[in-house]
Order: sequence, then structure tokens, then C-alpha cells
Amino acid sequence: MPNYSWPPMASRKVIGQRLSRTDGIEKASGRAKYNSDLNKPGMLHAVLLTSPFAHAKVKSIDTSAAEKHAGVAAVRVIAPAGTEIQWAGWEIAVVAASTELAARDAVQKIKIEYDIMPHVVVENDLKKVRTRAKPAGEQLEGDPDQAMKEADVTLEASYGIPTLTHCCLEPHGQVIGWGADGKVEFNPSTQSVTSIRGDLARLLSIPTTDIHVHQDHVGGGFGSKFQPDRWGVEAAQLSKAAGGKPVKLFLDRPTELMIAGCRPSGFLNVKLGAKKDGTLTVWQSESWASGGIGGGGSPPIPYVFTKVPNRRQNHTAVSLNTAPIRAWRAPNHQQASYLTCAPLEDLAAKLKMDPLDMFIKNANLTQREDTYVRQLKKAAELSDWKKLWHPRGDAGKGPIKRGLGIGVNTWGGAGHDSTARTTIHPDGTVEVELGSQDLGTGTRTIIAQVAAETLGLRVPDIRVKLGDTNYPPSGTSGGSTTVGGVTSSTRKATVNALDKLLAEVAGGLGAPADQLEAVDGKIQVKGNATKSLTWKAACQKLGVKTVSETGSNVPREAAKEGLNTGGVGGVQIADVSVDVETGVVKMNKLVAVQDIGLVVNPKTAESQVFGACIMSICGALMEERIMDELTGRMLNADMEFYKLAGIKDIGEIVVHFEIDELNDKRGVIGLGEPPAIGGIAAISNAVANAIGTRVPTVPMSPMNVLDALSGRKS
Amino acid sequence: MSEILDPENREKRKGRGFSRRGFMQGIGVTGAVAPALLPEQAQAQTPPGVMGPGAVAITLNINGKPMKATVEPRETLLDTLRNQLDITGAKRVCDRGTCGACSVLVNGKVSYACSILAIDAQGKQITTIEGFAMSGGKPHAVVQAFVNNDAQQCGYCTPGFVVASKAFLDHTPNPTYEQVKDGLGGNLCRCGTYVGVRKAVLEAAKMMKGGSNA
Repeated sequence: MPNYSWPPMASRKVIGQRLSRTDGIEKASGRAKYNSDLNKPGMLHAVLLTSPFAHAKVKSIDTSAAEKHAGVAAVRVIAPAGTEIQWAGWEIAVVAASTELAARDAVQKIKIEYDIMPHVVVENDLKKVRTRAKPAGEQLEGDPDQAMKEADVTLEASYGIPTLTHCCLEPHGQVIGWGADGKVEFNPSTQSVTSIRGDLARLLSIPTTDIHVHQDHVGGGFGSKFQPDRWGVEAAQLSKAAGGKPVKLFLDRPTELMIAGCRPSGFLNVKLGAKKDGTLTVWQSESWASGGIGGGGSPPIPYVFTKVPNRRQNHTAVSLNTAPIRAWRAPNHQQASYLTCAPLEDLAAKLKMDPLDMFIKNANLTQREDTYVRQLKKAAELSDWKKLWHPRGDAGKGPIKRGLGIGVNTWGGAGHDSTARTTIHPDGTVEVELGSQDLGTGTRTIIAQVAAETLGLRVPDIRVKLGDTNYPPSGTSGGSTTVGGVTSSTRKATVNALDKLLAEVAGGLGAPADQLEAVDGKIQVKGNATKSLTWKAACQKLGVKTVSETGSNVPREAAKEGLNTGGVGGVQIADVSVDVETGVVKMNKLVAVQDIGLVVNPKTAESQVFGACIMSICGALMEERIMDELTGRMLNADMEFYKLAGIKDIGEIVVHFEIDELNDKRGVIGLGEPPAIGGIAAISNAVANAIGTRVPTVPMSPMNVLDALSGRKS
Repeated sequence: MSEILDPENREKRKGRGFSRRGFMQGIGVTGAVAPALLPEQAQAQTPPGVMGPGAVAITLNINGKPMKATVEPRETLLDTLRNQLDITGAKRVCDRGTCGACSVLVNGKVSYACSILAIDAQGKQITTIEGFAMSGGKPHAVVQAFVNNDAQQCGYCTPGFVVASKAFLDHTPNPTYEQVKDGLGGNLCRCGTYVGVRKAVLEAAKMMKGGSNA
């Protein structure tokens, strides 16, 4: 049995180094080709026609004028007469033409008659959505009624967090060609190169092997880009109808924002009880959320503090005439963190207690008490909590009030199914191939680091090839499982390949293969640099052969091997200033203390945490899908009014990892999601600390802040 | 009644050398609201040299080279670059002059290519990221600084940021931290790379002053 385990922390040369990402120059110089950049010979451009109504039946559809429009190659009806449309943005028809402008003009010539039906698109008031509400049943633990009677202090409050969209900068879509030979060349924007092939094959009813997927780079996904989607299938059919010409169909921005992915809302009526010393004894909640027409979205509350002894939770799923949810960076956790940490701090305020002390006091109600206590103290230190925190509302004179607040997170993040192939060529070239993808996290770079470490080489010596179904299958980049999966499979494949190479060169070095090692660009007898061959010389011994070995991460077995595990906690502390005259919240600082296992590349890992924190700032202060009750449409389906934070809006961000032997021994744990969870709660709590009252409705836009200050219900 | 439809005013304007082409270019560049002009009236008034309404052949000066394209007058510079000329460093993200992913330099000034008509870009020096990012196999200081500081994740917004950063540093060679935060406010990133971008722009400023790679 080969030894796959990670080399000891102290002896690593490449793993753990702050290296720049290997595709950095390519991306920063604009030379990186995303699939939305492709221009293929004879390529057609396709444009979707979508429903302007949130709920309607298609009475008739006439595409004849569109078909006759100059340049049009194919027209397809997606929603024929009789189709019941369930959201604004539902795909009705699609046109492929020689130019994008011709396709746009042709789409406008399609005549549709609708029977408009009643819709429901707003869920902030549960009483108004009655027939659309589906209770999920009650969860009960202990005796909440009795505990509430015995509590020294109780709190009753309501909170709400809106639906957000993924807003990937590279929109969803693909270039796809369905050749006369039946082979499909599929260039999607996806976070799952391997599985999207099988999904498309099923939808087109063709063998998987007839589809080839290729993608070099993907411009964002955040959980929304796993499936081929209707636009993938329709583009394939348009190509077939147009004699196999490649068809490019990427969503325009309004469509992207309306139907290509969103996160469910979350609303909560809660009653809490605690002892005088801050010990939480009882949690009773009624929550509701909507994930579009299918309902969905059930935040796990109480979050992190799961062991509250007396609990009663009721959740209701609301079905709306809006497009379905997709996984959004840490699905359900951000809502849960906000809907738990906000009432906890409100309870602390009622107890006139420092919430830091209260969170620490109740850490025994979490699954990892020591971790959270340590992290809360570290985050407090990094945010200067003891100096800057003050009792709620006691923020001094003048219109600018400063405050601090806490949010917590937890996540799994173990490694997914992944197979890698490492090939060593006689000239010394090393290739590592995986049907994986680099979502922007630095996957390419960390794969090269693992292979280089294993072979005693440097990162530029390794050629990493991703994004193609000709390479061994690898999992979806979801759930923060990619880095765990691909580092493990790469390690195994590379150890296997090295063992083969060592067997080939053992004779020449006069030692058995198991007494050889690869170190500093050489193959040598263990611990004896005088008996060695350079990497090149060793590889030349292969003659005309190549060594090509695979290795797989098997999630069920991964923890035993110690290459990767799951389960982390983290704490965010926000420091904000609020202008109580304008309602504008300004970020001073966001501190993220994050539990993490073995860190392959601290530089790219930190970038992920910076990004996660910034997404939290966007969600806390700006982002919100606004639906129009009257028309059923999204009012801000553009990037002007669907607001994201800019470079000036984010304040200072401080990241702290616990990089030490103890955590390192847990192996690689995914990082993309956990630090994106606690920020909204932390910022909301900081605003409450600053202005002396809770802004119960996220985002904390000037309007919502001023409403809260004036006692208005927003 | 609009001023332009008034025959007397039209005569006066002719005297002042009014051309509809110039007028149209004015609309394209400034985004002014056009007075209501029916197509047949426009046709009747059309002096020679007017472009459209169908596709027209134009030449654009891109990265120092003349490049030919056939565009409809309503086509944006961004779409001409991406769809016709295969110059794809500038990305189409918001398509409404908000996010900066399509940033290019027009006569040295950073501009949103989604908000300029291709016909209006005639006779101007268009520089895309491809025009300066690499020279002799060596990356521009801004590109190198973006890599050094990991000022990118998915990378889709990055070329736009690099163009905007270069233009910013051309005008503000010694920026303060606060100036960087103001100067790059026209670009958005969904992955959240702003921390890296701030550091990268400051480092690039130093590199450019040091003469390495400017």
C-alpha cells in the first residue's frame, strides 16, 4: 500500500507556500478565453424570448414572421399553446440567426397571446400568501412552554432577509454544436464539467459519450451553474435544426438576474428565554421562506447553538410565482446565521450583557465549544472589541454612531468524488489531468502544488489540465468540496506515478525502489544526495514509455486516510458607522476568524475569505431582489439597481486562519462557503449596537435604517 | 415642435454647417435625448455621408491598427470588438454602463465599450487590454501587480479592472490609498477581489515609478 499521507508540515516545500495563481497572467491580461468569448466559424447567435407575466397560460404563439426575418436560421417554440407559465422570465421561444442583432429583431416578431392568471410574488407577510403556504411540521425538544415560564428574561421579535440573486458576471449559457455525425461539442459556463455532460445526454436522449465538454475558465457560479438548463438543451436543438452550426446562447443581464439563480428569503417570528446570567434555555420560532414556485428554503434554526434544551420550531414553505432557487454559496446557512445571531444579540441587549460574553457562555450549546470560544476571543482581539464595544445605543453624541456585532458559521467541506491522472513523460514533463474546473478559487494552482510537492519539483514544472471530459471524472464545485477532492486524487495519482518511475530507475541507483525519494528536482537514495539522478535523467530511463497513473478520492474513505475531512466553525465580527441622519451604513472593518484544515495556498485561501466577507457586505447592505406585486416582475433586474458593493464600500477586512499542526492533521477542508455565512449577522448586530435599535429587515439600506430609527415598519 | 423640424431654423443651421452625421455622433457620445424625428423625415433630410440604417463598412483604430468591420449603426463598440473582431478581453456583463467589465481606452480615457456605438468610435484611438497587457512576452506592471496580489478570482471582471487601473495610474501616478478607492469605483466584482485590487494598484504605481515594466 503506497503512502499517500501528506508530508509533515515542517518538511513541505511547495504545499503551504503563498504562491501566485498559475493562470493569473492569462486572466489579468485578458487572454484567458471563457466560453462566452468563443467565436467559432459559422457560429449562430441565439436569443431567448421570455414571459413578461408571472402567471399565465399561452393561448397562441405565431413564429412565422420571425422565421422569415433575414439571417434567421432556426426558431423553436419552448412553451407551446396551453403551457402554464409560472414566473416572469419563463422561456417561451428561442431564435438562432447569423448575428445577435438579427436574432433580437426576429424574437420581437413572435406573436404570443396570453391568458393572464393571478400571481403571488411577495412573501414578507405570511397572512397574505395563505393558499401558497405549506407548513413543514413542528419540531419539538424539551418543554418550551414550561421553560418560557421559568425564564428570567424573554424576548419576542421578528426578522426578515430577502431573496438574493447569484448575479454571476459571466452569464449562464454556452456555445454548442450538434454535428451531423451526432456528436455534440458543448462549451458551457459551468461549475461541473464532468456531470453536466451526463445531465445533457439525458435531456437530449443521446449517449453520454457523444458529448464532449470543454471549458478553460468560468466567470463565476456561486452554486447556480451545475445544470445544462433549458437554454442549453434549446441551443443544442437549434444547432441540430441549423445543420450542426455552433450556436451561442448566453443570457442577457435581465434574464440572468430573473431566472438563472437566486437564494431563498427567510423570515422569522421568534421567542427566546434565558437565565439572568445569559444562559439560553428556550427557543420558539415560526419561520417562513420562499424558494420560488417549488417553495423550499428552510434555514436550520437555531443555527450553531443547536443544543438549546427546550425548542419548538415551525417552518412554512411559501410557493411564489418566481423562478426556482439554486444553491447559493452556503445554502440556507446565511439566513440561519442571521435569524439566530440577531435575536441572540437582541436578548443580550435586553439582559444588558456584552454579547461576546453571552456567545461564549452559550458555546456549550454548539457542536464545537472549544473552537468557538477560541475564535470568539481571537475575533474580539482583532476587532478591538473590549475597547470599541459599548452597550447598545450608547454610541455618544453626533449623527455618526459606531457599533460592533458578531456572527457565527459552520460548514462541512469534505472532499468530493474525484479521479486524477498523472503522466510523467521521458523528457521529464509532468501532466495532471482532471475533469474538474477552476471556479476562481485557485484549483489549478493547488493541484500543481500537490503534484510538485509529491515529485520534488516546482510548480512551473507541472502542467495541470482541467475542464474537459476527456480527463478523468471529478465532482461538481459545490459545497466547498473541490479542494478536498482534487488534492486527494492528485496526491494519490502522483504518488502512484512516482512509484512506477522509482521502480524504473531503482536498478541504476543500486537501491530498491522503496528506498528512493523524489526531492529538490532529483531522485535519490533516501537521505543520500550523492546517490542521485536529476529529474530529467531519471525520466530518460523510461525510454519510449510514459508513466501514467490515476488516483481517486473516495468520500467515504477520505477521513480514514487523513487527506481531507470536513466540519469547521468560524466567527465574524463587524465594525460599522451609521449616519442616523441619512441612514447610510459604512463598513469600518470586518474580521473573519476561520477554522481550516491543511492550507495548500494561504494566498488564494485568503482571497476566498476576502470575497466571502465582501459578499456578506453586499448582502447586508445592498442586495435585494425587488418584486413588483402588481406586475409580478422583478423591478431591479439590472446591475444598476440590483446593487453590489464597490471597492469603496467594503472597509478593511481582516482574515485569521489557525494554521497549526493540530488543524493541519485534519487534512484539507473546503473554505469557499463558511466565511460567507456570518457576515450578514455580524453587520446587522453592529448596526443595532450603533443605533440602539434593530433594523429587522435586511438589507440595511438607508430606507430600512431610517424606518427602524423612526419606529416605522419597513 | 422641435427646433430641428422648423424650416427656418433648419436653414439657419445649414448655414452654420449643421450635419446630421455630426448630430448623430453627438447623440452617441453624449447620450443626449434625440428630438422626435420620423424615419421618413430623417430620410428626406439625410445629407450625404449619413450612416445606416442598414449595416455599413467602417474602419476602427484598435490598438494602433486599422481594423475593418461591417456594423449596424445601433451596434455597440463592445459587441463589434467581441463578435466581429474576436477581441474578447472586454467582457459583456451588465451591458448598461454600470459594472466596468467592458472598459477600454478611447483616446486614452477609460470608457465603457457597451455605451459607445461602433460608428462613433471611428477616428478615435481605441486601446483594449490586448493592446498593452503584454509586451515582448512581459506583462505590464498593472497585470503583474494584479497577479502578485491575487487581485482576481474567477477573473471575468479582471481585464476591465486592469484597464481602469492603468488609466487611473496614467492620470494619478502617485495615488494615495483613498484615491485608489475613489478611482476604481466604476468597476464591480462579484467574487470580491477588491482587497487585492487596492494593493495591486498601489504596487503597480511603485513598479511604474521604478521604471520596471512601465
